[in-house]
Amino acid sequence: MELAAGEKEEILKHVGAVLEEFKTTRESLVPMLQAVQKKVGYLPELAMEKIAEGLDIPAVDVYGLATFYNQFRLNPPGRYQVKVCMGTACYMIGGKVALESFERRLDIQEGETTPDREFSLERVACVGCCSMAPVVLINDMVEGRVTPTRVDGLLLEYKDGEEKISEENKEEARTKGADNSSSNEEGERSA
Amino acid sequence: MSVSAKDSYQKLKTAAQEKVKSLNDRPVVWVGTATCGKAAGAVDVREFFKEEIEKRGLDVRVMEIGCMGHCYAEPLVIIAKPGHPRLCYGYLDEGLTRRLVQDFLEGDDPCYEFALVALDPNDFFPTFTDFPRGVYEKKIILEDCGFIDPESIDEYIARDGYEAVAGVLEMEPEEVLRQVKASTLRGRGGAGFPAGVKWEACRKAAEKTRYVICNADEGDPGAFMDRSILESNPHLVIEGMVICAYTVEAAQGYFYIRSEYPQAVRRVNNALEQARDKGLLGNNILGSGFNFDIEVFEGSGAFVCGEGSALVSSMEGEMGVPRHKPPRLTASGFRGKPTVLNNVKTFAYVPHILRKGVEWFKNTGTEKSPGTAVFTLVGKVTNQGLVEVPMGTTLRQLIFDVGESVPNEKEFKAVQIGGPSGGCLPESVLDTPIDFDSLYDAGAIMGSGGLVVLDEDDCMVAIARYFLEFTQQESCGRCTFCRLGTKHMLDILTAITRGEGEQGSLEILQELAEDVKNGSLCNLGGTAPNPVLTTLRYFGDEYEAHIKERRCPALMCTHLVAFYIIPQKCSKLCNACVGSCPTEAIYTRDDGLKAINQEKCVKCNSCLKACPPEYNAVVKLSPPELVEERERENNK
Repeated sequence: MELAAGEKEEILKHVGAVLEEFKTTRESLVPMLQAVQKKVGYLPELAMEKIAEGLDIPAVDVYGLATFYNQFRLNPPGRYQVKVCMGTACYMIGGKVALESFERRLDIQEGETTPDREFSLERVACVGCCSMAPVVLINDMVEGRVTPTRVDGLLLEYKDGEEKISEENKEEARTKGADNSSSNEEGERSA
Repeated sequence: MSVSAKDSYQKLKTAAQEKVKSLNDRPVVWVGTATCGKAAGAVDVREFFKEEIEKRGLDVRVMEIGCMGHCYAEPLVIIAKPGHPRLCYGYLDEGLTRRLVQDFLEGDDPCYEFALVALDPNDFFPTFTDFPRGVYEKKIILEDCGFIDPESIDEYIARDGYEAVAGVLEMEPEEVLRQVKASTLRGRGGAGFPAGVKWEACRKAAEKTRYVICNADEGDPGAFMDRSILESNPHLVIEGMVICAYTVEAAQGYFYIRSEYPQAVRRVNNALEQARDKGLLGNNILGSGFNFDIEVFEGSGAFVCGEGSALVSSMEGEMGVPRHKPPRLTASGFRGKPTVLNNVKTFAYVPHILRKGVEWFKNTGTEKSPGTAVFTLVGKVTNQGLVEVPMGTTLRQLIFDVGESVPNEKEFKAVQIGGPSGGCLPESVLDTPIDFDSLYDAGAIMGSGGLVVLDEDDCMVAIARYFLEFTQQESCGRCTFCRLGTKHMLDILTAITRGEGEQGSLEILQELAEDVKNGSLCNLGGTAPNPVLTTLRYFGDEYEAHIKERRCPALMCTHLVAFYIIPQKCSKLCNACVGSCPTEAIYTRDDGLKAINQEKCVKCNSCLKACPPEYNAVVKLSPPELVEERERENNK
């Protein structure tokens, strides 16, 4: 994904701070990547290259680690991160149906982000609320008993309204403003 | 040593008890805010309480506690008001919150009609021991979970917390080791290796720099007891680690916690800080001259890192890939130094054993597996949640008495124990006692304690495929059999669930399963085929039906079922299914009844749920060809 103007500087700033904060030893690599992802939201190639330079190790080692562990993402997250629980209880009761519904509606596959960076879709292991299965997390809001019709409702809700936006994203959402023009088509279909 | 550790501890305890007592002479509302409670809306409930209490100007504290294990009734609160027994209420919402504040906290009516259970014996309301679950349960490591504030060390100390550390610091390390060995405590990470033997091996190592690591990389889908313990009573685990460190003479310890557990990480860090403040961690613990500190390492989410050597290499900044053993971790672990790695639950037993004695511990459970077993009871069972029962309890008691059986009048089919490494056991072996060895003989393993109940609607081929897909994705790729063998097995299973299975598939599957078991270095590969092997052993006929008749007996595999609306049952007056369909596959026929366009149908189950019970017109048919047959019959 192309970096927008300003993003590059932002990334370099955060990586610089992280390299300052941690001891530059191999043992710090995982905590460093975690810190960068916390700040930037994902691990851009640029960040991995800079960290490799800072630790004086081959960039491929950093990339290997980033792809080995599930926590690290190489795509920027959407404004709304949709996480479908695939724990045993959710899977058996229809987690897959929910995931497929999101894939169909957003027209992306699991692990991808919509081109307008509004939604990203991923599966997670158990979130620990099996009694509400199937469970979907949108940012940090937990939605229980998600059916395909509920999926349509959720997408509509998040595309149109701002009321459910979690605390930490409020600020961001306000600055970005609401871009709802693309939501009408989907809204009509599910109405 | 000028002051004895016991004296220092006694001072701490007296102070803590006074503090706790002074806080508890006015009403308190405890809201369960472990992750499970939060998911059900506990944070909102906490805010409702605060708002209502403030609005009415009441002198009531609102506190947070961890998880009591009754997940089916979340969000839960406990209300303690002087003059009443402590009462627990479930299924909280805004309305009930207002009612409780108004009638119970402001007025004096405890609203018994909404209470689930009382926590203190009384003449009005039943306590835990009056329910079947309370009779079978025996709580040791979950004893305080959900009843104390996990963010306050005083509550833990007031309940004899850290007393075991104080006692141990006045003993010789050999004596502590002797007691742990005598208790025959077995590691709760899954394999059941005796903790005392592990500690002894580490103690005997020549190298003097040693580490103690707590394995909280709980990755099994459907298991969350380690998280619950860390979120509900972190000090118990810290205490266990301090005792271990004293025994093996280690100076540094680590918690390896999944970063997917942010709340656990936060509460453990907070607990470590408090323990340092009280002199229970850090330099010169309780004035004894013993130094030990603990740090948290956040794991990045790789299932294989639950394996000891993989965990250690991931802490060293490498990929989490297991290595050959020996040398065991106790000889060469973190940074090549002797390391004791135990599960959260294992450490949690240690303070109890040292405080209450070896004999007390061995009184519970079976001879070879003393103590209790902790399970997350989920799936098709009425009382979902976290349970702790003595070892030796049978699976039948656990599912039908503690869990109160399968809901919705469905038939019990199987129980999946031990997650991706475990197996599916049918009704016929439910009388197996729960302990490490009996479960192994039945084909499953104790594992980390995930326990999923399956009913007649669950397809055993699909569940085997689900777990294999998980292990296949999580295989680190080091051993060929695990990397490619599981992939091949997954392909075969996928084909079977799509009705494309071939004669002979099952034999290949069986053979591959044996090979993956034997050809893998670590237990991830070594146990990955278990779900497949046990379902083949106990539910072979379901595999046969998929392959020979292209039929899914549980009507679950979407490629092998079709949805059909029975015209005789459908009503012209109802449109429920049309609205529920996400793909507009349902249309109205010329005669006003509804029918499904099979090509558009995505088999999402929505119409079946939407169809009102008075009609019950939507059915699933397997194999899908049955739909055409039915349609022909109806057109005659």
